[in-house]
Amino acid sequence: MALDKAPDQEDNFLAGLATRLWHVTMSLAEPVMAGIQRLIGAKRMPWVFLAPNLVFFATFVFVPLLIDFGYSLTGGTHLFLSQRPWDGSAQYGHLFNCQNFSNPNSCEQDRFWHAIFNTGTFVVFQVSAMVLASLITALALNKRIRARGFFRAVFFFPVLLSPVVVALIWKWILQRDGLLNAWLTAFGGSKVLFFISPHWAMFWAIFVSVWAHMGFYTLILLAGLQAIPGDLYEAAQMDATSATRVLWRITLPLLMPNLIVVVVLALIKSVQTFDEVYVLTGGGPGTATLMIVQYIYETGFANQVQNFGLAAAASVVLGVALFFLTLLQLALSRRKGEAL
Amino acid sequence: MQFRKFVSLAALGLGLLPSPQAFAETTLHMMWYSDGGEGQVMQDLLNGFEKTHPDIKVVLDTVPYKAINESLPVQLAAGQGPDMARVTDLGGLARYFLDLRPLLKDPAYFDTNFGPFLPWMRVNGDTKSIGGVMTQMTVTGPFINKTLFDQAGVAVPGPKATWDDWAAAVKQVADKVKAPYPLAIDRSGHRFYGIAISMGSKVFDDKGEPAPIDDGFKEAAKRVVDWHARGVMSKELWGSVSGATYLGANDQFKNGQVVMYLSGSWQIPQFAKTIGNSFDWQAVPNPCGPAACSGMPGGAALVGLKETKHPKEVAEVLEYLASEPVLSQFYARSLFIPGHTGIAAKGLDYKTDSPLVKAALNVFVGQVKTTSPLAFKLQGYQYNRAIFNPVISRLGQVIVGEMSLEDAEKRIASDVAEQLAVARKK
Amino acid sequence: MSLLLKRRHRNQWHWTDVAAYIYLCLGVVLMFGPVIWLVMSSFKTPSALMEFPPSLLPLTQKMAQSSGREALPLYTLTQADGTSREVVQLHRMGIMATIASPNHPDQTSQVSIDALTPERHIEFATDNYTKPLREFNFLRYLKNSLFVTIVATIITLLINSMAAYALSIYEFKGRTAILLLVIGTLMIPVTVILVPVYLVATKLALVNSLWGVILPGAATPTGVFLLRQYMLTLPRDLIEAARMDKASEWQIYWRIVVPLSAPALAVLAIFSVMWRWNDFLWPLVILNKSEVYTLQIALNAFQGELQVQWHYLLAMTVVTLLPVSLVFVFLQRFITSGIATTGMK
Repeated sequence: MALDKAPDQEDNFLAGLATRLWHVTMSLAEPVMAGIQRLIGAKRMPWVFLAPNLVFFATFVFVPLLIDFGYSLTGGTHLFLSQRPWDGSAQYGHLFNCQNFSNPNSCEQDRFWHAIFNTGTFVVFQVSAMVLASLITALALNKRIRARGFFRAVFFFPVLLSPVVVALIWKWILQRDGLLNAWLTAFGGSKVLFFISPHWAMFWAIFVSVWAHMGFYTLILLAGLQAIPGDLYEAAQMDATSATRVLWRITLPLLMPNLIVVVVLALIKSVQTFDEVYVLTGGGPGTATLMIVQYIYETGFANQVQNFGLAAAASVVLGVALFFLTLLQLALSRRKGEAL
Repeated sequence: MQFRKFVSLAALGLGLLPSPQAFAETTLHMMWYSDGGEGQVMQDLLNGFEKTHPDIKVVLDTVPYKAINESLPVQLAAGQGPDMARVTDLGGLARYFLDLRPLLKDPAYFDTNFGPFLPWMRVNGDTKSIGGVMTQMTVTGPFINKTLFDQAGVAVPGPKATWDDWAAAVKQVADKVKAPYPLAIDRSGHRFYGIAISMGSKVFDDKGEPAPIDDGFKEAAKRVVDWHARGVMSKELWGSVSGATYLGANDQFKNGQVVMYLSGSWQIPQFAKTIGNSFDWQAVPNPCGPAACSGMPGGAALVGLKETKHPKEVAEVLEYLASEPVLSQFYARSLFIPGHTGIAAKGLDYKTDSPLVKAALNVFVGQVKTTSPLAFKLQGYQYNRAIFNPVISRLGQVIVGEMSLEDAEKRIASDVAEQLAVARKK
Repeated sequence: MSLLLKRRHRNQWHWTDVAAYIYLCLGVVLMFGPVIWLVMSSFKTPSALMEFPPSLLPLTQKMAQSSGREALPLYTLTQADGTSREVVQLHRMGIMATIASPNHPDQTSQVSIDALTPERHIEFATDNYTKPLREFNFLRYLKNSLFVTIVATIITLLINSMAAYALSIYEFKGRTAILLLVIGTLMIPVTVILVPVYLVATKLALVNSLWGVILPGAATPTGVFLLRQYMLTLPRDLIEAARMDKASEWQIYWRIVVPLSAPALAVLAIFSVMWRWNDFLWPLVILNKSEVYTLQIALNAFQGELQVQWHYLLAMTVVTLLPVSLVFVFLQRFITSGIATTGMK
């Protein structure tokens, strides 16, 4: 098995140690688990396996979500639900008080609607760019090239940086007196103030988050590519099939399960984008790169008057929207023949 | 059986022996943030305290400022805060402060020396409590790059010059020396209010309720927007981020790109370190408007917190730190403007050999006197950030062209009202 | 994709090979350049950090040491005839500077500062590293961070693989509902439920404890999803064969499914390590005593209200990068080697 025969010499020791530890601890648990199985029967065992995860879920996700829902129905600034005055659907009323839903400026909570529109734009472009960039990189890394390990490591490295550091590095590069402008002027161009142009700010927000995370998705895709049996390609080579045809007919279809994982994860992370963009552009200029999570964070946490109610209502709206997005994804991936 | 008896006897015996705990050593936690080297200074002072008070140990927990501003309020609301904290949102957090008055040996000392600041640390209606010690008083005010003025051959406007005089002068300098930032102002509602009050904004109505939009405010806002349109101010500061995010122009000023930079006294230690010999920088008095020539006061205070289990010890620590010799040492080594009227009156021997720094500190100390009483009142107002934040957020949108100034003024009024409504909802 | 996988004949280059090399080399500059720049910047003095145009190498003002005097800064003076010479600056008033030749500091003259360019040399400001390492309790924060990262990763791997196993290998009533829940919560970012999670943590007495950092994020829906997708591709006959041999469900889990999922577990491990190591917002809320600070909190303490001490912040950022880089080097080999040996998916 994989753990038992890792081929690299250096890995042998650590992998062996991990395997041994795993064997010892799991064997210790064996009598207990066997007893449980005898007691409840094999049919109910999946629930035993799910239990620890579900306990954590319930405590740290479901209960908070319920509290959050409670917040959204109450007002004031108190932390404890019992002290908060009932507000009914007033918070939702604030959010949806718009004269014209296509124009955020006509809404009572104009920043909320700006944030919704910005997040939509960001997600569409960022996910497409992310999938494309990591696919191309994975394909390039999958070729028989020298120093593949080095290249792979280089592309992955930014993933290790914390979002705050990523944003700071790029902020320096992009500011008026940054590296990029130094180059632009050196090549005879003029300085560009990227962060006061809404389009540039959005562009760089997308670019930087792709830069920071594509390594992770590349790795997933690369794993998929390497698992595609080599004889398929040899057969294609016999028939002198063109490179593009091989890509469309063999590689992409066989990579589909990994691609779905990548799309789903990238989409989720994209909707949740916060700290990178927050540190990079601060949501500006104006409200041009204000994301929904930043809106919620500022309303409920960073403002002097912490408006938990309104923030919670916004997160409930976000949650409902995300839920439908999930259903859509499920339906789509089902049709692709992948049991998700 | 024998063995178990022996063990329980031994345990009993150990319990009767005096353990180190018997000295009742109390450990207090002080949440602290640092802009520069003042954390180290505080640590030294605390070491001094521990030497004379062996029964109390104070742990200095240094956090990012973000934690003071965002996490601490939630921690306090949940009853999980530290024993003491260095905070800046004095009014907003006042309801969690420990009243030191009954615990102090000499409360009168606090009344005399922290008099003007104590109201900042009280909730509305409270006139008696003593919340803590001012670690620093700040005043907002402008710095200029004197060398750029010299190079351009433009005279520095005098002490009573108006904002319009200054705007014209710095633009002239910047055009001559090709500096990209004639005037830079921190992106902060607090800084803006120095101008607004000078322009005659009253901030509050007759009943003492916030009424941010008045003629003085409009004058100030009109100028700021106009300065951006004419290139007196660059859009990079106020235009580039969203909401109430703070942005300063320290880097640009340090690089000699800013002619005049409206910030505050806290910049001095950093400028001393980073600018060094590259050019002459000066602090100048706040420019004037029709109503005043005022900046905004501000500051941070070290406060005791109500939830502490050791109120007596907290008071002991704070009383020690507030005492004149200790506190003078703190201010002098940190290069802070004293928030202690006694020390301020005597003057401080700042621990620096830079004449630029001494001169700048003296200008700011002088600024305290010309600060409008209204500015003090606004700084002490419990929900002042609920005014500052919408102002900077909406003006930023005007500057990048997202909304008109009239719309922004309406939004500011409604934003402030909305936050107050939330804050007061019982 | 012989094409995209192998060269047609041993020594013949296909255009896709060339394209791949060009792409990868550009990629190295783009991906690694900023990181190098971060490392170089961490060696700069505070004033060099803010300079324009920025220099790649940390430069500082060259000083001339002469006997009996304090060190003086060296400048290059551009003279009226276009030639230049080296001078020291004695002092400066406004736009005029008093200078002298380095060898004869007594023969002074006045020049405009426009004619002077500072002379600089490379000097690494190692102070940025040594001072904070000495002053703050680095080892304690490192220990806390390691504890959180390791324990959290182990818990995450264990409970997520158990859940993924249940959701991929079995058909049971309620599976779809649980799946929906998993994926639904996958989408809720912690940031939006920060305050309620804090409330729960206070009720469980997890405030100011490292367990309070570890537990709330242990049941990552991302992990369950990732592992489950991988486990779905495992060959069923292996499991059926094991059942024939009377293996218990627990044995199937730990003897067969987990070892076969090693590559996916390695991906999740990298993910979890990175995420825990860099976690900032949540620890900031739940920890307020320095005994329990993690590195990220301690390091961000260089961010004040009005100023940020960049030189320390950058240096400490580089320090915190080292351990994760090592972990990555180890685990990433594992992923590929795991796949290569089993030859399965």
